[in-house]
Amino acid sequence: MEFVEIIQMLLDGFGKTLLLFAITLIASLPLGLLISFGSRSKFLPVKWFCRGLVWVIRGTPLMLQILAVTLIPYYVFRIGNSDITSFLDIKMKWLLFSYAAIAFIINYACYFSEIFRGAIESVPKGQYEAGKVLGMTKNQIFRKVILFQVIKKSLAPVSNEVITLVKDTALASVAGVLELYTTAQSLVNTYVVLTPLLYAAIFYLIFNGLLTLLFGFIEKKFSFYSE
Amino acid sequence: MAYLEIKNFNKSFGNTEVLKGIDLEMEKGEVVSIIGSSGSGKTTLLRCINFLETADNGQMLLDGDILFDSETAKKDNDAILREKRLNFGLVFQSFNLFPQYSVIKNITLAPTLLLNDKLKVYKKQLKDQKLSSHDIKAKLHDFKEEQKKIIDADAEELLVKIGLTEKRDNYPCELSGGQCQRVAIARALALKPKILCFDEPTSALDPELTGEVLKVIKSLKDEDRTMIIVTHEMGFAKNVSDKIVFMADGVIEEAGNPVQIIENPKSEKLKAFLHGVSNKDGE
Repeated sequence: MEFVEIIQMLLDGFGKTLLLFAITLIASLPLGLLISFGSRSKFLPVKWFCRGLVWVIRGTPLMLQILAVTLIPYYVFRIGNSDITSFLDIKMKWLLFSYAAIAFIINYACYFSEIFRGAIESVPKGQYEAGKVLGMTKNQIFRKVILFQVIKKSLAPVSNEVITLVKDTALASVAGVLELYTTAQSLVNTYVVLTPLLYAAIFYLIFNGLLTLLFGFIEKKFSFYSE
Repeated sequence: MAYLEIKNFNKSFGNTEVLKGIDLEMEKGEVVSIIGSSGSGKTTLLRCINFLETADNGQMLLDGDILFDSETAKKDNDAILREKRLNFGLVFQSFNLFPQYSVIKNITLAPTLLLNDKLKVYKKQLKDQKLSSHDIKAKLHDFKEEQKKIIDADAEELLVKIGLTEKRDNYPCELSGGQCQRVAIARALALKPKILCFDEPTSALDPELTGEVLKVIKSLKDEDRTMIIVTHEMGFAKNVSDKIVFMADGVIEEAGNPVQIIENPKSEKLKAFLHGVSNKDGE
């Protein structure tokens, strides 16, 4: 096996990793904000549903959740994977990828929701009251006064989660997704050399290095004020 | 009839009765100071007046119109509540400036948001006149620009008034406490409230910074603004007020003109309170 070919295959896997990473982030950040609203809702069924969801998701391994998502269609609804692929006219590998993505999105949304909830609750009450006496609507108070402060407060813990997410994508192998780690593992098994794993580590490391720089940059952008 | 009339305000938090039947009247252009030890209910009274709390019982009339009635208060939706709140301005003890906005943006934010509401109303009016969409757009644009200019000009004027023109683009974290509070006063004034309320405006400040804030409040008094000031600054209250109200245990224990209240207190509670305050000053 040529070095170039190994790298090519790893890049393929890395592409899947990146895609899973991007989809998870794009969907779970807003969903997390929604769940954080839900768990602060005065409407108790919504509140307890959201809090219960967060409890279950944070209390069980992500690997188990991915497995659960892949098994639910058949074991709960008796719908086979091949039925779904033919119905949606997609390849099996994309169905498996979707299973993994769904589990990741829900899992990360729950973690993000707790970060946002903490950030929202740490904005002083006076900020809301100032908005009220200045005649702002609840919506305006949240969008124009609170949200920015919540984002600033969330940046450091969110960046932590984001970096964890890069490495967690390896768990998608449970659903049969050939992402970076699984690709490296299979190369190791096939060719009995350990170097693919080393290369994979370097991929992860470089990507996380870039993310760290990016978040450092964003945090700096937000540091024009302190409280 | 008085300009602002508060009748029989009651307010409880759980089992604690904080306001026990407050009656208060003030005239337009008057400055009323509310004094009393902490826990006497003066801040709660101010918050009820500003619709941050809802009195359990009582009525409030502004210029003869019923603004608040505990009987009907539950029917007030958010929009009505907002409109009522805008009759009053409130300056907080802890300033509560918006940290992510510069001084000028802190002052112009709320008027700009209100302008959006105005624009919606105006747009509807234009549509009713059956103008072409092009004309409507042009008129809305002109109206918006014109109103924005007014908001900006007002804000600049307020900056001059509080003496912080050179800080217009600074953020609150770059200002001293006294400067923050002056900005908070300007922010409240930008909405042109009929009555401006202060909730212990100098209590969070270092002693050497209280002077600059009190000076701004004094200058507002000279413009005949109607103000309610909850304060611990006895000297200032005596100097700036037309009337001082002394609250103790949720009731107005004594009220009257400043000289009478401070130099010739009648009730035992007021005597004890003033004695305690002057002792503290002597330390």
